[in-house]
Amino acid sequence: MAAFAVARSSCGLLSGLKAYFKTFRQVKHGVASAAQSQLQQQSRRWYSVSHLSVQERIDRKRNAALIGGGQKRIDAQHKRGKLTARERVELLLDKDSFVECDMFVEHRCSDFGMEEDHNKVRLHHRGPYDFTVFGGSLSGAHAQKICKIMDQAMMVGAPVIGLNDSGGARIQEGVESLAGYADIFLRNVMASGVVPQISLIMGPCAGGAVYSPALTDFTFMVKDTSYLFITGPDVVKSVTNEDVTQEELGGAKTHTAVSGVAHRAFENDIDALLNLRNFFNFLPLSNQDPAPVTECHDPSDRLVPGLDTIVPFETTKAYDMLDIIQGIADEREFFEIMPNYAKNIVVGFARMNGRTVGIVGNQPKVASGCLDINSSVKGARFVRFCDAFNIPILTFVDVPGFLPGTSQEYGGIIRHGAKLLFAFAEATVPKITIITRKAYGGAYDVMSSKHLRGDVNYAWPSAEVAVMGAKGAVQIIFRGKSNQAEQEAEYVEKFANPFPAAVRGFVDDIIVPSTTRKRICRDLEVLASKKQTNPWKKHANIPL
Amino acid sequence: MAAYMITSTLRRVLLVAKHASFQSRCCVASSRVQYSTVYDSNEKTFDKILIANRGEIACRVMKTCKKMGIKTVAVHSDVDASAVHVKMADEAVCVGPAPTNKSYLNMDAIMDAIRKTGSQAVHPGYGFLSENKEFAKRLAAEDVVFIGPDTHAIHAMGDKIESKLLAKAANVNVIPGFDGVVEDAVKIAGDIGYPVMIKASAGGGGKGMRIAWNDDETREGFRLSSQEAASSFGDDRLLIEKFVDNPRHIEIQVLADKHGNALWLNERECSIQRRNQKVVEEAPSTFLDPETRRAMGEQAVQLAKAVQYSSAGTVEFLVDSNKNFYFLEMNTRLQVEHPITECITGLDLVQQMIRVAKGFPLLHKQEDIPINGWAIESRVYAEDPYKSFGLPSIGRLSQYQEPINLPKVRVDSGIQEGSDISIYYDPMISKLVTYGATRAEALQRMEAALDNYVIRGVTHNIPLLREIITHPRFISGDITTNFLPEEYPEGFKGHQLTSEGRRELVATAAALYVSAQLRSQRFLGNLRVSTTPQEQRQWELCVELEKGSHTVAVSRSGSTFTVEVDGVKVEVSGEWNLASALLPVTINRTPRVLQCLSRDAGGDITLQYLGTQFKVRVLSQLVSTLSAHMPEKVPEDTSSILRSPMPGSVVAVSVKPGDVVAEGQEICVIEAMKMQNSLIAAKAAKVRPMDTPPLH
Repeated sequence: MAAFAVARSSCGLLSGLKAYFKTFRQVKHGVASAAQSQLQQQSRRWYSVSHLSVQERIDRKRNAALIGGGQKRIDAQHKRGKLTARERVELLLDKDSFVECDMFVEHRCSDFGMEEDHNKVRLHHRGPYDFTVFGGSLSGAHAQKICKIMDQAMMVGAPVIGLNDSGGARIQEGVESLAGYADIFLRNVMASGVVPQISLIMGPCAGGAVYSPALTDFTFMVKDTSYLFITGPDVVKSVTNEDVTQEELGGAKTHTAVSGVAHRAFENDIDALLNLRNFFNFLPLSNQDPAPVTECHDPSDRLVPGLDTIVPFETTKAYDMLDIIQGIADEREFFEIMPNYAKNIVVGFARMNGRTVGIVGNQPKVASGCLDINSSVKGARFVRFCDAFNIPILTFVDVPGFLPGTSQEYGGIIRHGAKLLFAFAEATVPKITIITRKAYGGAYDVMSSKHLRGDVNYAWPSAEVAVMGAKGAVQIIFRGKSNQAEQEAEYVEKFANPFPAAVRGFVDDIIVPSTTRKRICRDLEVLASKKQTNPWKKHANIPL
Repeated sequence: MAAYMITSTLRRVLLVAKHASFQSRCCVASSRVQYSTVYDSNEKTFDKILIANRGEIACRVMKTCKKMGIKTVAVHSDVDASAVHVKMADEAVCVGPAPTNKSYLNMDAIMDAIRKTGSQAVHPGYGFLSENKEFAKRLAAEDVVFIGPDTHAIHAMGDKIESKLLAKAANVNVIPGFDGVVEDAVKIAGDIGYPVMIKASAGGGGKGMRIAWNDDETREGFRLSSQEAASSFGDDRLLIEKFVDNPRHIEIQVLADKHGNALWLNERECSIQRRNQKVVEEAPSTFLDPETRRAMGEQAVQLAKAVQYSSAGTVEFLVDSNKNFYFLEMNTRLQVEHPITECITGLDLVQQMIRVAKGFPLLHKQEDIPINGWAIESRVYAEDPYKSFGLPSIGRLSQYQEPINLPKVRVDSGIQEGSDISIYYDPMISKLVTYGATRAEALQRMEAALDNYVIRGVTHNIPLLREIITHPRFISGDITTNFLPEEYPEGFKGHQLTSEGRRELVATAAALYVSAQLRSQRFLGNLRVSTTPQEQRQWELCVELEKGSHTVAVSRSGSTFTVEVDGVKVEVSGEWNLASALLPVTINRTPRVLQCLSRDAGGDITLQYLGTQFKVRVLSQLVSTLSAHMPEKVPEDTSSILRSPMPGSVVAVSVKPGDVVAEGQEICVIEAMKMQNSLIAAKAAKVRPMDTPPLH
């Protein structure tokens, strides 16, 4: 809650802005009455418009802004099961920490869009394209406001959170709104790797607008009320004659399970915003800041007896990698990223003794935990995020290899698998690897091996670090020979165990599984001061 | 010679070291059990015993073996290779794959294991081969001692029909019924008069046992029971008898040696049952007076003597409200619930069994057998108590903590954190035993023990157990075997909150929520910006619980929260350790132990309060107001889907594709954990083509 807490403590300094909060909160508690007073004011305008003082005009503008598109629009938004931009911001932030800026910026076309920001305060908010005002289509004025905030966020090193609810470009504004998009995209790109950027899609987000979330680090969606697509179902029908619903085309389910565009989906606006608050606490403010360390009640030397029996004796039998991750993490808390996409790899954030860590693990429960195109890309992007923002990476390895087959080869598994390899190799944050069972072939190398500058690499007694499994190896080496079962047993004895790797120093230690948490916590303590730099380059050329 | 001795000592030391961790974990409880009886430690019994069982009973037997300096051999199936009983034993032998008939019932493999390890004796535990005369015979043929009664006693008592005839002959009171193998069930049932009890002739433990109130139920029960009997005991013969209404199930523990001595070790009251399986047992019974106790004990001893019984055994009686008692059956083995007898008599029954098996005479006389205090046993099962008082559930014990740090609590278990509760075996997690000078004391300890018992990863029956032991009728001792269906005619629904309990729960949830909120604002380490939040002291919250909503105001001073729930003040204090599974708090000066099962960012908190799990939602006032606008998610309509309530194997499919089934008609039968469960149609429908071809 770093930033939120800061926000509050700094608020006292901004005494001049306190009037804002008051008006703001009045609206919160009595939206209807605010609307009413606006109506009265409007009716008064007939008679007294020319006599208004500047102060009165300010108040009136502010009131109008506070209720956005008016009570009717607010009700309509509520009826759709959605909250207004203001309500969303209020939920996301700590009480009294929100300061709106550019309240008086007007739409160059006709009216006003809502935006919010802190000037001095570290939390920046890029924002809700206020749906209650203009159906969320993006105007030049909107874009300008967003850019202003993002520039500031980058300058001070503050995360950017976007709450997107936009219908696309304002056709009426033409090229100006297109320019606005591009301005935002540029800033998304510039901010990438400088400050964490999170998009929360809370309504339709179509056309060019979708590229802004796509450029950010994490995209979350709200189930049933949010959509992301380049072109809507009507255009799809007219171009390709495909019949498809909004939900099928670009709903939360599609993007979290099929396309991999979104990283997670939540039940509704409230659930999404509260979870976002929680998620935010895992992240550092910028690439110049360390990952936050929270107060932790879970003893760092806690033994996890369940881990001693979790890996089944039969090497072909599956187990749930999440059981291991939850077992070792502080308070069993694991914020999984993309839980429904490429499930053969598990990625997400947890804490070890209060310290944020990124966890990557092969999931033996799904496709034996093999690496394929989707899981490589999923893993690679996550590893790069952690590396960019000083978050140590824990890797749990149980990988039988890369998935074979034409569909994978034609799809470019070589190219995509290389991304994960690239990401692990270039990462300079602390890297701790635990081989729980299989670490076969090239996939062993990829999964944060010692050879890719792994800082601490452990093996459990059940580990098998080898070029391949016993059966496959024997079939190749002793092709056509009879006593294959015997050879297999010999292979298992010689290769399918942690010793070949341990004697060469490729794993630092063979540890008792129940002590894993204790070991990792201690190592992270030591590695906290790790400094490692890659050679100077303009940027690396990851095989995209 | 000297060299040999040294190595053997060394080996023992090594073995001790190897198992030290398990011993300390498993034996803490039993080490507190003060067996008052002394025995001659120079008495030489056996060097090595094989325990032909698994789970808690295998561990229980091994504990005594270790105490007596006897080496132990475990047998196990593939899936049990890392089970606690395997690690606890000095040696372990795999006897086959997971299904019991291929492993724990696989006599060939077990005989091989005995030969291979050179075991001199076998303790069969309960279930499996414990009452299998064939097994006892095979052991005798190879000169291996069976720790239990002689073959002929097993034979005589194992068959319920024969045992009844024997009991009659020994002047033991018996229930009217049909003493023969049933062929035409409906006719016999009609002759005896409804209600009747159908049960497996070879069975025990409630398996293959059903009550029928009419012809239809008789036919149905007969079919299911014979299938269950066949799969559990390999013997599908059934018997039918008069079903005694409003009965109590009280049993007498007997102990006999090979020299004609037999003792009765008082009774165990086992009336709290569901589907004829015991749930809560106690010793002694609140119902028996000394005369009835003596009469029952003497009849039990008469029966034991009539069959030249040796070893520990149990004579079960049904007792009606007038204290008339009828012989039910005799179990020629150690019972699941034997610990409560051990608690009140001070005897270690396993030790006595081993001594007797070796041929030593009993050292006790009947007048040496005391009733010291009161003991209660709760059977903690991995099952869902909300479905017919307990349908098996399976899973991995992600967290597991026994309340063995509490005084006078004994936990007999064969699992540990990380263990799997699988579909292959009995879903019992442990036997939780508490004792005290009085019944009230034992009950109070049981309450505390249940509250402090941490089980995560599987559904368990602690909610039901805690409700039973705090039920006014149970406390008064007015119980029958119909206690559960009588008290919960609509099925068990968990603890029903009083308005005060509701406030306590809401207040604790609110305090927990605030503690978590406060902690999330505390950051350690050097942040670029200073973090000195002005700590909030007042919170306005809204707490939702079971469709009700409460306005809550929280204020804090130190670790004490004053929570105003709907205008009534509740004071909650505690350590608020957010990582611990247990949440010890003091609510209005009453100490209570709650458990926090989950806590998420959306404000959803699952708390275990008075045994039952409650889902509580803690929201800020703002969230609560805005929640009204959130769309309601429509749950999937599942009435046309038939879901198996648990994983298991399909043993029979009763319909064909194209059949039109009526509501309530059986579709198929699922077998899990040795229980057959018929799945019935929730509404009238037509059966579509099936992927699963009908079996057999």
